[in-house]
Amino acid sequence: MKKVMRRTLGAIAAGAILAAAGPALAQGKVLKFVQNGNLTILDPIWTTAYVTRNHGYLIYDTLFASDENNVVKPQMVDKYEVSPDKTVWTFTLRDGLEWHDGKPVTAEDCIASLQRWGKRDAMGLKLMDFVKEFKAVDAKTFQMVLKEPYGLVLDSLGKPSSNVPFIMPKAVAETDAFKQIDSQIGSGPFVYQKNESKPGERHVYLKNPKYKPRADAASGLAGGKVVKVDRVEIIEMPDTQQQVNALVAGEIDLLEQPPHDLIPILKKDKGVKLVDWNPLGHQFIIRFNHVVKPFDNPKIRMAALLAMRQEDYLKATVGEPEFYKVCSAAFVCGTPNAFDAPNGLLVKPDFEKAKALLKEAGYDGTPVVLMQSTTLPVLTNTAPVTKQLLEQAGFKVDMQSMDWQTLVTRRTKKDPADKGGWNILHTFSVAADILNPISTSYMVAQGDKSWFGWPTDPEMEKIRDAYAKETDPAKAKALAKAVQDRALETAQYGWIGQWYGPGASRANISGWLKAPVPVMWNIEKK
Amino acid sequence: MLDFIIRRLIAIIPVLTVVAVFVFLMLRLTPGDPAAVIAGDNATSDQIADIRTKLGLDEPIWTQFVIWISNILQGNFGESFFFKKTVAELIAQRVEPTLALAICTLVIAVTVAVPMGVLAAYRHGSLLDRIVMGFSVLGFSVPVFVIGYCLIYVFAIELGWLPVQGYIRIGVSFWGFLERMILPSITLAVIFVALIARMTRASVLEVLNEDYIRTARAKGLSNRVELMRHALRNAAVPILTVIGLGIAGLIGGAVVTESVYGLPGLGRLTVEAVLSRDFPTIQTVILLFSVVYVVINLLIDISYTLFDPRIRY
Repeated sequence: MKKVMRRTLGAIAAGAILAAAGPALAQGKVLKFVQNGNLTILDPIWTTAYVTRNHGYLIYDTLFASDENNVVKPQMVDKYEVSPDKTVWTFTLRDGLEWHDGKPVTAEDCIASLQRWGKRDAMGLKLMDFVKEFKAVDAKTFQMVLKEPYGLVLDSLGKPSSNVPFIMPKAVAETDAFKQIDSQIGSGPFVYQKNESKPGERHVYLKNPKYKPRADAASGLAGGKVVKVDRVEIIEMPDTQQQVNALVAGEIDLLEQPPHDLIPILKKDKGVKLVDWNPLGHQFIIRFNHVVKPFDNPKIRMAALLAMRQEDYLKATVGEPEFYKVCSAAFVCGTPNAFDAPNGLLVKPDFEKAKALLKEAGYDGTPVVLMQSTTLPVLTNTAPVTKQLLEQAGFKVDMQSMDWQTLVTRRTKKDPADKGGWNILHTFSVAADILNPISTSYMVAQGDKSWFGWPTDPEMEKIRDAYAKETDPAKAKALAKAVQDRALETAQYGWIGQWYGPGASRANISGWLKAPVPVMWNIEKK
Repeated sequence: MLDFIIRRLIAIIPVLTVVAVFVFLMLRLTPGDPAAVIAGDNATSDQIADIRTKLGLDEPIWTQFVIWISNILQGNFGESFFFKKTVAELIAQRVEPTLALAICTLVIAVTVAVPMGVLAAYRHGSLLDRIVMGFSVLGFSVPVFVIGYCLIYVFAIELGWLPVQGYIRIGVSFWGFLERMILPSITLAVIFVALIARMTRASVLEVLNEDYIRTARAKGLSNRVELMRHALRNAAVPILTVIGLGIAGLIGGAVVTESVYGLPGLGRLTVEAVLSRDFPTIQTVILLFSVVYVVINLLIDISYTLFDPRIRY
């Protein structure tokens, strides 16, 4: 009965669709993808939103890109040279690079794009501190002249996550960095279909027939971006339960990251498979406000860090051990800059030592204001764990619940906690954003120029600068460890657990690349 | 009648003024800064301040209000902070799904609820009456999203008869449109069926006890004529009033239903705009909802005259 009904309805539907939507059949292989969040802003330099970054990877290309092992490889660049004194970098573009409107990609386009990116992105800003000038040598070649050697040139240009140094046409890249761009012309493997896209409903991309992939195999964000479908549709679906339902029912092909509590439903369904596309995962963060009492006192911050136990956070937020890792490395376990924290810090709490430190520091028992976000499910349970751990260490905690947008507004305030400010907040980062001391915004210790919490520590900045200038990988690694040690010594902030969120796809989908970003090239639909 | 309509239309102006002031102030006084949302998680305070300046959010509140109102009077509803589109364009894109959902819901609700209420009144005290009243209590009590998930589980996941989510515009495929409207409309209609059936039952029951109905029965009129021509028509005014008042509930229900079923309508736009603090969009959508609410109730008032000739304006 069920089958008959389905067939009948299916036949009626097919007839009606044939009659009314004939042109749709010409769409070929369509990949339907649901992301975590709505794509509203289409300028990946104007915002750091990950959905916008993902859009950028569809339509733009990058000069360099990191592969599956986080090694930076040329992408639009064919070859590059560094002068013996390491101050002049010469880049030559590959042959045949074209914008979606058919015009050639030029050196001038690359320079304008890097300059705009360098006004917004943390690593871009740092790079630009070292850049003396850019010079276009010919249509395909340009030079970046530095004031002094800088160790992170390739890491900056191959930065995998927000803000990514995407290359845009010069006329577009000349837009004020604080205004959104109007054009969606790129040189990437997909072409954005503005007329078919409806924000809040779907965004449509067609395979770019003119795109010339690199000859080498795709790996991470590097290598040949070979597109194996005709069309990608990003479907906007706010309800996570519905995302899972739609995947189970076969209405969509890929789901970026289903919530952990719904993964058991997907595991049971034979038509669906889980895909570990982002093996580096994410990291939870606890951030102190350094400019107001009591966390202006390093001893009180250290007392808080001594109370941390990563596993408590991970159990409360993620649950299943297969999706988390206790990791005391600031720059993410499984990467070259991973170093364990000393004395079990962040992993094994020492409440007695914390209490002693609080007493020594003269903590007067004033409640610390802990902001809890209740609208980002993965973060909701972090604050209650912090409250419990800090209370065990002798703190008094005033946990205040609010939506994420209220939290991101309140965290900009430097007022005392009892006058609308705050003392502690939680957030999380995609691992790709925090792989070294320069890209990790939480490590910046330049007061007002730092990330919220505004730590000031000239010693930390000295080590970070030394890291940035170091061109010897072994020495750079030692300096990265020194940065982590310094952050723990001053209790600048805490990293409280690494976790993973697999994606999910229909069983007939293959080729989803392992990378910090969900990318749509290389994916096959059978 | 014309005087009445003109007076009511003029009365929209103070209503909208109050709504505009209220919405504007509420948004500015509520915590949340669109510049911080736009800037993203890695932004510094300086970057957020730059964006705030570009959006004009660093101006005094009264300056922002004057600019907004003067723009509206010139037919300019502003540009969304996020979508890089005018709010008018955004609303135009989103109005079809909401309108379709509202119409389908009302059609289902009235078609099902009025006969249910009439029958319950006619069979007052019977099992049928108790079933209708039981359904009515259930319809009021169960949240819209629970009804939605239950329907999806049965009809989309288990039986596979209908799609889980999404929207196809009527101009693209009529069947695609229809099959995606069935579950959302039923979901949203449940509470209306409960409301209208209950009101219909009460009104018809009251009319059935009137002398003129007894007279009609004594004259030997059939049950159908008695119910349809005499009872229901005289009970119509309170039923229409409930439908009019229910429009507000429909707007609220649409917000939830559109989110559950992934319909790209005005309800979802409102939620997205609120969550991202997209002030121009929220302000305009709420003004639009106010206009719709006032106009629909005006139409309901006018329609009273069709059912009750004693009503004159």
